[in-house]
Amino acid sequence: MQLSREDLLDAYRTMRTIREFEERIHRENTTGEIPGFVHLYAGEEAIAAGVCASLTEDDSIASTHRGHGHCIAKGCDVKAMMREIYGRAGGLCSGKGGSMHIADLERGMLGANAIVGGAPPLATVAALAARTLGNGNVAVAFAGDGASNQGTVFEAINMAVVLKLPVVFVFENNGYGEGTGHDYAVGSKDIAGRCEGFGLPAHKVDGTDFFAVQEIAREAIELARSGGGPSAIECQAVRFFGHFEGDPQLYRSQEELARVRDQQDCLAHFRNKVCGAGLLRAEELEAIDGTVMNLIDSAVTEARSAPFPEPSEVMTDVYKSYY
Amino acid sequence: MPKKTYRQAINEALAHEMRRDPTVVVMGEDVAGGAGGSGEEDAYGGALGVTKGLIGEFGSSRVIDTPITESAIVGAAAGAALAGIRPVAELMFVDFLGVCFDQIFNQAAKFRYMFGGNATTPLVLRTMIGAGFRAAAQHSQSLYHFFTAVPGLKCVVPSNAYDAKGLLIQAIRDDDPVVFFEHKVLYDTTDEVPDEAYTLPFAEANLVREGSDITLVAFSRMVHLATEVADKLAGEGVSVEVLDPRTTSPLDEDSILESVEKTGRLVIVDESAKRCGLAADIAGLVASEGFSNLKAPVKQVTPPHTPVPFSPVLEDAWVPSVESVESTVRDLMKPN
Repeated sequence: MQLSREDLLDAYRTMRTIREFEERIHRENTTGEIPGFVHLYAGEEAIAAGVCASLTEDDSIASTHRGHGHCIAKGCDVKAMMREIYGRAGGLCSGKGGSMHIADLERGMLGANAIVGGAPPLATVAALAARTLGNGNVAVAFAGDGASNQGTVFEAINMAVVLKLPVVFVFENNGYGEGTGHDYAVGSKDIAGRCEGFGLPAHKVDGTDFFAVQEIAREAIELARSGGGPSAIECQAVRFFGHFEGDPQLYRSQEELARVRDQQDCLAHFRNKVCGAGLLRAEELEAIDGTVMNLIDSAVTEARSAPFPEPSEVMTDVYKSYY
Repeated sequence: MPKKTYRQAINEALAHEMRRDPTVVVMGEDVAGGAGGSGEEDAYGGALGVTKGLIGEFGSSRVIDTPITESAIVGAAAGAALAGIRPVAELMFVDFLGVCFDQIFNQAAKFRYMFGGNATTPLVLRTMIGAGFRAAAQHSQSLYHFFTAVPGLKCVVPSNAYDAKGLLIQAIRDDDPVVFFEHKVLYDTTDEVPDEAYTLPFAEANLVREGSDITLVAFSRMVHLATEVADKLAGEGVSVEVLDPRTTSPLDEDSILESVEKTGRLVIVDESAKRCGLAADIAGLVASEGFSNLKAPVKQVTPPHTPVPFSPVLEDAWVPSVESVESTVRDLMKPN
């Protein structure tokens, strides 16, 4: 199915926004103004964009600790996200959650999750809710290669198959679970293959190729939406930065770190493909680059000057009703 | 005597025991790091570097990097302990205990009792606790109160490098399942730590400051707050006794009751929880066993009954502070 010019521009805009958001946080993190831990998604943009291209605002996604990309691709407010990461008032979670718990339920973003393997059960249950309410919505769970070994993930997949739920499990295999390689930790070395054993369609795709991701994700999402049940997609990805900002990445060779930027940049691939095929013009992409830079700039400026929450807010929103 | 960090002290304890006893095995996520990747082995040496260097000395059959599967890690350690080795497993952040708690509280803790005394489970589970790193709700808890409530487990909460080394060596030599709680904010604090191996017994509180007007019982990082308050008030003629129980289970009840008998006033400073935490536990003990010695109500300084918030301003309001401890002590010292 052909993507329209509009679709292509949207895809580029999403990926460029994620890339600039993450690169900027990487730079700003050295100032010490960003509290706590951040885990950057740069390098994996094609997956978030490719999957979310087929989702509506009413569909849900559940994310990982590396959730900024998913958040942006699902349409969350970039400025409110930045404030949240800086721990300021007006953040997406009022400063209570931070980078690892960034969420916007109104846009179907069920949160970044600091518990590895936390997303699949949540997405499975979101899919159950959609099926029960009969609203035709779909849920997508994101998980990494590290999470693919978690018991809760296996349970969520099996339950989704047994109840034939409208959920898609997307595994972002970037080769590392924190500092441990996928080659070591995934016994069968084949996440998609292992999923097949659970009784659902499972696909493996190049996660640096937006078009490949988009096509397979669209198929899986439509299957779910039409009542055909769950699927799994293993996207072979690369992460440009460390597990967390500040990670010296001794478990990755210098050669590998240079190669992923040089040869496996999903944005460069996208650009070459669409311009080479005459689908979009370079100037259009450059115009988007400019708008995105301005957006990120103002997001950071506003976040840095935003006030912190009032200390009394520690006590709010523990419960909905206090009796 | 050499000064070492809390982190180094723990590393030394592990190395000593691994040299002394070939059945001691370390296992967990990224306890070395770098397995199956393109770079170095021992790339992490533990998420915050506590187990660095061990794989170099002891090899990968005794320093085992595991996949991210807490249930399997802890379950394997519990089973291995039953079968004759002495595993030191790591639960990277105590907040992850939900993933594997069955293996701890239903399995490891209960084997000996359920099997009529026929099982011995010499397992150590090391884990990180504590707020202050702006790590938000799922990486900042101090859940030692959950484990303390489980019969069959021993719980160790060291507040300084010297205690950490002695208590961990004791824990590894102990034949029961021991959970060892390392406060992440304390890793870089230093203390005088002997080079040789030594043990500190469980259920023996450390008298950090001797006093006669009021007793502060505190755990882990809170011991430092209590000590700071004690030293400040000493300058004003208030004699504050600071007691660090070091272990929550078994608990040195006698030292606590003797101290209250002497001073008549008690404040407990505890980062675990407002409800059903160690502060509540000890307040209950003293109310039933030491009531006649009390000149004032028992006071508890704990976080509020909320998850740990992310924003620095909010997290600082959440964690007990020197100011909150000091004002509680001052209130209690006012004449009736």
